[in-house]
Amino acid sequence: MSRKIRVLVAKAGLDGHDRGAKVVAAALRDAGMEVVYTGLHQTPEMIVAAALQEDVDVIGLSLHSGAHMVLFRRVLELMRERGLGQVLLTGGGVIPEEDAVVLQAEGVGRIFGPGTNTGALAAYINTEVELRRAQGGTP
Amino acid sequence: MDMAAGILAGDMRALARGLTLVEERLPGARELCVKLAPHTGRALRVGVTGAPGAGKSTLIDALIRAARARGERVAVLAVDPSSPRTGGALLGDRVRMTSHANDDGVFVRSMASRGALGALAPNAGEALDLFDAAGFTLLFVESVGAGQADVDIAAESDITLVLSAPGGGDSIQAMKSGILEIADLWVVSKGDNPQAAALKHELLAMLALGGADQLEERVCVVAALANQGVEELLAKMLAAGAAARADGAFAARRRQRVRRRILAAAAELCAEKLPTDTPLLTELEARIRAGDLSVVGAARALLSGGNV
Ligand SMILES: Nc1nc2c(ncn2[C@@H]2O[C@H](COP(=O)(O)OP(=O)(O)O)[C@@H](O)[C@H]2O)c(=O)[nH]1
Ligand SMILES: [Mg+2]
Repeated sequence: MSRKIRVLVAKAGLDGHDRGAKVVAAALRDAGMEVVYTGLHQTPEMIVAAALQEDVDVIGLSLHSGAHMVLFRRVLELMRERGLGQVLLTGGGVIPEEDAVVLQAEGVGRIFGPGTNTGALAAYINTEVELRRAQGGTP
Repeated sequence: MDMAAGILAGDMRALARGLTLVEERLPGARELCVKLAPHTGRALRVGVTGAPGAGKSTLIDALIRAARARGERVAVLAVDPSSPRTGGALLGDRVRMTSHANDDGVFVRSMASRGALGALAPNAGEALDLFDAAGFTLLFVESVGAGQADVDIAAESDITLVLSAPGGGDSIQAMKSGILEIADLWVVSKGDNPQAAALKHELLAMLALGGADQLEERVCVVAALANQGVEELLAKMLAAGAAARADGAFAARRRQRVRRRILAAAAELCAEKLPTDTPLLTELEARIRAGDLSVVGAARALLSGGNV
């Protein structure tokens, strides 16, 4: 039996709905993953604390607030501080392509735009986690 | 530093990784449990069960707040069902507990049941042992009570709370399913709901019929969102825990727990050894169909290698 992939799905920022994040969480569950859902208005500190306790392979960040550069960078910084550098940080929302390129160069994984096929997201996570586990990252 | 030492020293990352080890039964899990065993048995383990939506996570959130004010260190194991079809799971209990996200004295871990519908996760007990060894003093395990999970959660807990929420047939259904029998304390949740008092009376009547004692003490109405009755419930839990420690019931439960785990592990080892696709199985199957042998007789024959 292969190890389950654990994913934290978090909604960062101040905007008030989480429909998109819930759809993603349900789709990843249907792809066989164990998805920890944390709800709305999560600060980077809360997200990384939850990721540490839950020992997830992936953090999936959903944001629409326009503060994506600050939020992704802060989450990444806290992850590294707390020994979670091997965890895949990915996400989605309304994020301009040029910003996504910058974030990826800094260590964030692929970023998915609105209306992405959830199957593509699940496939990406599967491949990426397998790779990182093979490299001896997360236990 | 090795993982056991890390956990004992309060390293939360080590604890989180240890929990994964135990949950996934990865290499090193058994050794870890052996090393930590002498450091367990201090924490009070509280099982919280009840139908989906009864208010379990919300109540635990409120109890955490009250317990932190008393200086307890609190860990939660929140179990949600796995999808039998895909094996995936959506673990949503944390949503109700985010107010403690930045508190080092609170650790919340979500776990998928990975088993029969409604069951407690197979290694939930070991996960609680890890929390215990890490120095958490009050442990909650949340699980939807259904079928086997009732028994599991009571066996792994020192105190079991059963929640029923007013409004809706769920509470009545829960009463019929036998889940009430495992409770040490019964909680009518959502006490702000006008129908809570009626549910309390219904519950008292039902329990009196079943012969339960000290009912007025043991049935609590709690409005977790409004923070009413939470402190009282916590006080009752802690008092029951202290009493159980004093009269030896606590230690007896621990011994019972370990025995139960040995038996479960033994049953699993036996199941692994069973031949599943041998000529013998085919022969026995044919003899059952021919009216020559009973199913139990065939099972005996299978275990003894063919001697009926
Ligand atoms: N009115 C009221 N609603 C509550 C109370 N406690 C929980 N709820 C609501 O009941 C729903 C289910 O709560 P939750 O704690 O997730 O239930 P669980 O599935 O048993 O863990 C949520 O919408 C809660 O806001 C309460 O004390 N009063
Ligand atoms: Mg819950």
